[in-house]
Amino acid sequence: MKQDIADLISTHPLLAGLSVDLIGEVAGCAVNRVWHAGELLITEGEAADTLYLVRRGVVAIEVNAPASGPIVIETVGPGGVVGWSWMFPPYRWHFDARAAGAVGAIAIDAACLRDKADADPELGHRLTFRVAGVLLERLQMTRVRLLDLYGSSRAR
Amino acid sequence: MDPALYRVVANRRETSDVSSLTLAPLKAEMAVAPPRHGQFNMLTAFGVGEAAISVSRSSRLSGRDSGQGLHTAGAGSIVHTIRDVGAVTHALCVASAGSLVGVRGPFGQGWGAEDGDWLAEGDVVVVAGGIGLAPLRSVVDDLAGRSTDASGRLRGRLFVIAGAREQAQVIFADDLARWAALGAIVSVTVDVSTPGWTGHVGLVTAQIAPAGIDPGGARALVCGPEIMMRFTAAALEKLGMDPSRIFVSLERNMQCGLGWCGHCQLGPLILCRDGPIVAYGGAVTHLMRERER
Ligand SMILES: Cc1cc2nc3c(=O)[nH]c(=O)nc-3n(C[C@H](O)[C@H](O)[C@H](O)COP(=O)(O)OP(=O)(O)OC[C@H]3O[C@@H](n4cnc5c(N)ncnc54)[C@H](O)[C@@H]3O)c2cc1C
Ligand code: FES
Repeated sequence: MKQDIADLISTHPLLAGLSVDLIGEVAGCAVNRVWHAGELLITEGEAADTLYLVRRGVVAIEVNAPASGPIVIETVGPGGVVGWSWMFPPYRWHFDARAAGAVGAIAIDAACLRDKADADPELGHRLTFRVAGVLLERLQMTRVRLLDLYGSSRAR
Repeated sequence: MDPALYRVVANRRETSDVSSLTLAPLKAEMAVAPPRHGQFNMLTAFGVGEAAISVSRSSRLSGRDSGQGLHTAGAGSIVHTIRDVGAVTHALCVASAGSLVGVRGPFGQGWGAEDGDWLAEGDVVVVAGGIGLAPLRSVVDDLAGRSTDASGRLRGRLFVIAGAREQAQVIFADDLARWAALGAIVSVTVDVSTPGWTGHVGLVTAQIAPAGIDPGGARALVCGPEIMMRFTAAALEKLGMDPSRIFVSLERNMQCGLGWCGHCQLGPLILCRDGPIVAYGGAVTHLMRERER
């Protein structure tokens, strides 16, 4: 069973290319899960205890506005990663994450992953760089979206 | 070069600030030469001025009629899709059926899609932002029209990734749906989600990695705001695509369209003649950071 999960993890872009040993360590913290359309993977304010590697479907990152209800800020598709708040105290989610349709993702227990990363500096180092790479990409995309490219003639 | 007189046959509202004009030559002998995919015309709104506008469909390109009266408009008819951003484009967007506009062209280098069986060579990736879908519509129509099997499905993989500010600003929704029905892999993403939108939210670049594009032999056609094109081209390159097979449309200010006035010069390129469509990579990667003159 863990071997199946290790295979799934090794094909996800976040961790693809890591050694079999390191993937095995991560697999020890991971389960494969599915969600139906509309179900929440993450709820704002709750304990941030999981890293999700999306395999199938689309996850909508949302924030609730009193007047209009949930506003989708971003969607994350196959190969994407959901959930960063498990990395830093106070380990609380800042947004909701909802399955926009049927979603399949590997759910990695964050406390288990943090412990393993502390115990094995190589895992910690590689994981930190991989996660930073994805965060950088997301930050860059967010910056470009701030330009309101299609709305403003200044940014044409 | 005097503009040829064309009559507005139909004016179709695409979004709150984008209209498609179907134009037919007043007299057949006046018609401008047949455009190639991605070429542009200089359109005159009489009494206001002239603007460079790409051909979004033409009776001579193997485009289809999607309710724009192209077939009934007759030989030599063309469709231009225009976003109202200033005096000229506003006058064109509100031109009513029966009114006259001037047409000079066609100008520039197109995408080159007429010249081969692209879908047989590898994946074709079309990435458009906002009004950037206009000069790509006829290419997609042509590829889709020429590359279907007996059951009417596409022979080859055609990815269409379209970005817009929000759902109400998505142009050619009916074409996007038709291409998807033919088997194209279509994904539309918006910067801002509005109630009822169930599609992707985010930059077009976020759609590239998950799409499953095979970079070897792939060809990409990218049109939109330049910043969006730079990030898109970089994302395609990161995927492993050869930058010389990534084409971008550099729509800098144009005036004569004939290579005479130098208004459109970008480094060594005179864009009305050498562009607007150029291969990304090499010098173009750096030129795209140069400010317009
Ligand atoms: C090769 C080429 C193809 C084009 N194809 C299309 C098309 O299919 N549909 C379409 O709506 N527009 C297209 N454009 C842009 C169009 O030419 C301009 O929007 C138009 O010239 C603006 O003129 P205006 O008098 O309405 O506005 P202006 O008052 O001249 O300008 C108003 C605003 O529009 C911006 N603008 C000026 N020139 C351009 C430009 N080249 N591109 C984008 N914004 C510009 C200005 O920065 C200004 O903020 C194309 C431009 C080029 C060079
Ligand atoms: S527009 Fe005059 S040289 Fe290009």
